[in-house]
Amino acid sequence: MHSTHLTARALRDAIARRELSASEAVAASLAAIERLEPQVKAFLSLNPEGARRRAAEIDKRLAAGENVGALAGVPIAVKDVLCTADGQTTTCASKILGNWKAPYDAHVVERVLAEGAIVVGKTNLDEFAMGSSTENSAYFTTHNPWDLERVPGGSSGGSAAAVAARMVPIALGSDTGGSIRQPAALCGVVGVKPTYGRVSRYGLVAFASSLDQIGPFARDIPDAALLMRVIAGHDPRDSTSVSARDQPVPDYLAGLEEPLKGLRIGLPKEFFGAGVDPEVQAAVREALRIYERLGATLLEVDLPHSTDYAIATYYIVATSEASSNLARYDGVHYGLRAAGYEDMIDMYMRTRSEGFGDEVKRRIMLGNYALSSGYYDAYYKKALKVRRLIRGDFEQAFARVNCLMGPTTPTPAFKIGEKAADPLAMYLSDIYTVSCNLAGIAGASLPCGLTKAGLPVGLQILTDVFTEDKLLRIARMFERETDWAMRAPALAGGRS
Amino acid sequence: MPLSKKDVLKVGALSRIRLSEAEVEKFSTQLSGILEYVDKLRELDTADVEPLAHALPIHNVLREDVPAEGLTTEQALAGAPEAAGDYFRVPRVLDEGAGA
Repeated sequence: MHSTHLTARALRDAIARRELSASEAVAASLAAIERLEPQVKAFLSLNPEGARRRAAEIDKRLAAGENVGALAGVPIAVKDVLCTADGQTTTCASKILGNWKAPYDAHVVERVLAEGAIVVGKTNLDEFAMGSSTENSAYFTTHNPWDLERVPGGSSGGSAAAVAARMVPIALGSDTGGSIRQPAALCGVVGVKPTYGRVSRYGLVAFASSLDQIGPFARDIPDAALLMRVIAGHDPRDSTSVSARDQPVPDYLAGLEEPLKGLRIGLPKEFFGAGVDPEVQAAVREALRIYERLGATLLEVDLPHSTDYAIATYYIVATSEASSNLARYDGVHYGLRAAGYEDMIDMYMRTRSEGFGDEVKRRIMLGNYALSSGYYDAYYKKALKVRRLIRGDFEQAFARVNCLMGPTTPTPAFKIGEKAADPLAMYLSDIYTVSCNLAGIAGASLPCGLTKAGLPVGLQILTDVFTEDKLLRIARMFERETDWAMRAPALAGGRS
Repeated sequence: MPLSKKDVLKVGALSRIRLSEAEVEKFSTQLSGILEYVDKLRELDTADVEPLAHALPIHNVLREDVPAEGLTTEQALAGAPEAAGDYFRVPRVLDEGAGA
């Protein structure tokens, strides 16, 4: 039985019915990783012994008739920006953290473990989640399972590639400006960026604290809903995580199969402008025709501040917050300390110069510049004002429509190296995803087609704050009508 | 606004990042390009717009001041590049004989 081709819920059910053991599921996952990892390079670390041990424990508990949880026996991959106390390193794909081992689990890791999931390894990313291709990883670049010469997207490229290559059914990522949705689109899987505050950031190494949010990768929407239900909810250790009283967590699986009646879909005309690849445009238009056939109404809407201005705003807000968050890497508390220093300041400078890669240096410097005396009003304050205009765009749009749709990315996966020397060109691959984070709303990307060259295309759906239940239902309407979610890359045994 | 090499060195110092000659060259070109793009924001009239630092209403969250278990000293020091006893060890900050 090819258990690596099962969804997380089918796998869990098979394990619960004792048709398959958790140990077998983990063995199959590890075998797929062993076979494909030399080509895909999705993982920064693997924990085969720990995973086998945990699977054996889960099998024992199941044999004793225990209810092990909603993810009992399901292998999961975790982006290496999330702390795990399982003895694996937490590197953020940076040399500056080196061999650091976190002394505690992130909230989301605690949650998936409590539901019986098995963490098989930690996935590659752009250093400190800064990038759109994993090429900024200090260790190696992950390859897109659909075409190994192309990037998987980023920053959560390792998690997206691991799910696409059928190494694991589900994975965790983080999204600051598109870092879940963009790689999900480029790898042909589902990715969800929850509303800011929906999922606790405790144990997520901070990049830009007002934008970061953790979310699921899966092969289909019900699995994404399942993982959302496990990770969403209040955690007192993150003061921006919303309380259960203000925003109780709905059961994202309940009602998921019921299509929304009278759905009004907004099409931001800025998301269909120049620069969209014709094949991407065609796949998204075809998806919209399916929604129309299902009874939805399409309306053109304006988001005048939410593309070019959003990228500009994002690169001031995110870098300013990053310059502050990354001040903690000082060679004192964890990770690298450079050798041969003369005094304290020299130790800081050598450590940070040796420990950070170019993109991280660029962003720290850009942020410090935007916050520095004389430039604060012109850059940082200006960006915060435009951020309000961006949120206003969405408020006006959601007064008229239930959701917004468009391509997740302007192009399919690009070639490794193609944009590596031009930071601005790389930033523009997030042009349709960053405004969601600035506005704090919910967003998802789901597969909606393949180009002639066999590269996945992602449909982005955006909904208002704390409406992930609706977002997932809307996405599921389309998914039920097509078989894009079932497609696998040839290297993982799918038809290409 | 283009960033001069002097600006890059200054912001490098603020960031506690030491830059080689080649890096100064490279970053001044790249950062100037990014700032030129960011200058698009000047097209927008934001005179009457309030800054928005957080997308959702954020307020102080307080809890009872009850002692709870945290990391042990050992755990906290486990990842430190250098530790001495119960402390993080850093290079000498004050000169010999300095201080009160």
